[in-house]
Amino acid sequence: MKRVLPYLLLLPTFVIITLFIYWPAVYSLRLSFYRITPFGNRMVFVGLRNFQRLFQSPEYLNAIKVTVVYVLASLFLTIFLAFFIALLLNMNLPGNRIFRALIFTPYAISPAIAGVLWSFLLNPVVGHVNYILSKLFGLQVEWLTTKPYALIAVIIATVWKTLPFDIIFYLAGLQDIPQELIEASLVEGANSWARTWKIVFPLLSPITFYLVIMNLVSFMFSSFAIIDVTTKGGPGNYTTTLIYRLYLDAFAFQKIGPAAAQSVILFLIMAIVTIFYFKFGERRVHYQ
Amino acid sequence: MRRKRSITILYEIILVMVTFIMALPLFLAITISFQKPEAVFSYPPKFFPTSFYWKNYVEAFKYVPLARLFLNSLIVASLITLGKLTTGALAGFAFSHFNFKSKKIMFATLFATLFLPAETVMILPLFLIMKTFGWVNTYWALTIPFMASATNTFLMRQHFLTIPRELQDAALIDGASYMQFFWKVLIPLSKHMLAGASIINFVYAWNMYLWPLIVSMEDKMKTVQVGVKMLMQAESANNWGVIMAGTVVALAPTVVMFLALQNLFVKSLVRSGMKG
Repeated sequence: MKRVLPYLLLLPTFVIITLFIYWPAVYSLRLSFYRITPFGNRMVFVGLRNFQRLFQSPEYLNAIKVTVVYVLASLFLTIFLAFFIALLLNMNLPGNRIFRALIFTPYAISPAIAGVLWSFLLNPVVGHVNYILSKLFGLQVEWLTTKPYALIAVIIATVWKTLPFDIIFYLAGLQDIPQELIEASLVEGANSWARTWKIVFPLLSPITFYLVIMNLVSFMFSSFAIIDVTTKGGPGNYTTTLIYRLYLDAFAFQKIGPAAAQSVILFLIMAIVTIFYFKFGERRVHYQ
Repeated sequence: MRRKRSITILYEIILVMVTFIMALPLFLAITISFQKPEAVFSYPPKFFPTSFYWKNYVEAFKYVPLARLFLNSLIVASLITLGKLTTGALAGFAFSHFNFKSKKIMFATLFATLFLPAETVMILPLFLIMKTFGWVNTYWALTIPFMASATNTFLMRQHFLTIPRELQDAALIDGASYMQFFWKVLIPLSKHMLAGASIINFVYAWNMYLWPLIVSMEDKMKTVQVGVKMLMQAESANNWGVIMAGTVVALAPTVVMFLALQNLFVKSLVRSGMKG
């Protein structure tokens, strides 16, 4: 029994990952070498031509560009703001518990709903953001339909949605650092800001590493919901990220071969991230 | 000292502003959902509720089959959670308490999938597989593919490893089988971890969007996340009161759960994260 039991215990997990992760991965690799009619009744082997075409198509190159800008901007903003807000919450100012509860709440809200909420707030007619902007600066912005605001809108919704997750981890990390060190670097002296970033922030680098990877993965994929609800990838293809491009090609245009090739590319990107994570994160991230 | 206090006040003000910005979208969603249609378009926009117009909710349930979608989300999220916990606990038990041939390879095979969320990266091949299975528009497609995950397995394994080995030896000497030890000792000792893992998994599953959007073409199989988008596209196009009513319905379960169990949530999240 002891011989067979571990395999039996692992069976459900391995059946699922084989059928629904490994098989689709291999399947999409196979499909990526073919040209397929929309209804799948004819398949012609075309070798690497799908990949070749992708990297020549302005639409795909644009999606790469959009993804890089979107991911980097969201990543930078989220990490910076999360660390800063975690510092504030860690100071145990009056009302801290309520602030904390309210600030964490977007964690439980889905990316799709984050998209709806920000579509409303940024709506030029009824939204509150434009009202405040016009009162303060006399600005009227068409957020979701013009460049560069559409991408900024998507980034705002993304950062808002992701901040709580990152704050939770930074707060946990801050609690392991002696309080005096944090207070000293925060409150005293003229250069407290610089010192915080030079002393406290580096101490939390394992957490930052972990968050960068996690955010990267989530921005690459769950951004789909936010974009689909707010801008639909527009104006033009201005907010079409890689995952949105894949969705359009696969399900709107039925370009199965090229879409499979895109899956393979995303798969490879994630493989690189995974290897990177295990290679550099494994030891350092182990925080207890 | 004086200076310290004034800086503290400054920090307090910033914190209040941050809280305001983070909470505003949710607060306004609730406010708008009870606002009469004409009040939504009033200028300046309202920051506080001026009415308790619950008909937006009635409308939202009329525009899309919201009750059915809500039930679907509940079924799907519960099944995925249950599935992930079960497969994760079993596999975690195997990895923590047994030595067997190919353990290392199987561990690596599982962990290679850590960042490959099938519901996004492989939507196309996965969708074609669902078609082959005849699972499109069924709960099978919405649940089964997500019933196992590397994160859950690793979390369980790590937790089981903290439970003293002697307990197993004692149980086995007393004549219990491995599975009896698993159900009667290991699982009860892991209640808190399981509770935390189940709410994290539930929130994750409840909030899935892309996959349900693709795999459930019939309205009756859609989930509330997709329903909210349907509301935005429905006749009611600019009737934000109705859209927000639907939105509040869609976000209520996970947000209420989160507010009620925040400590457990946060602890479990950090634990599963830092150890995963």
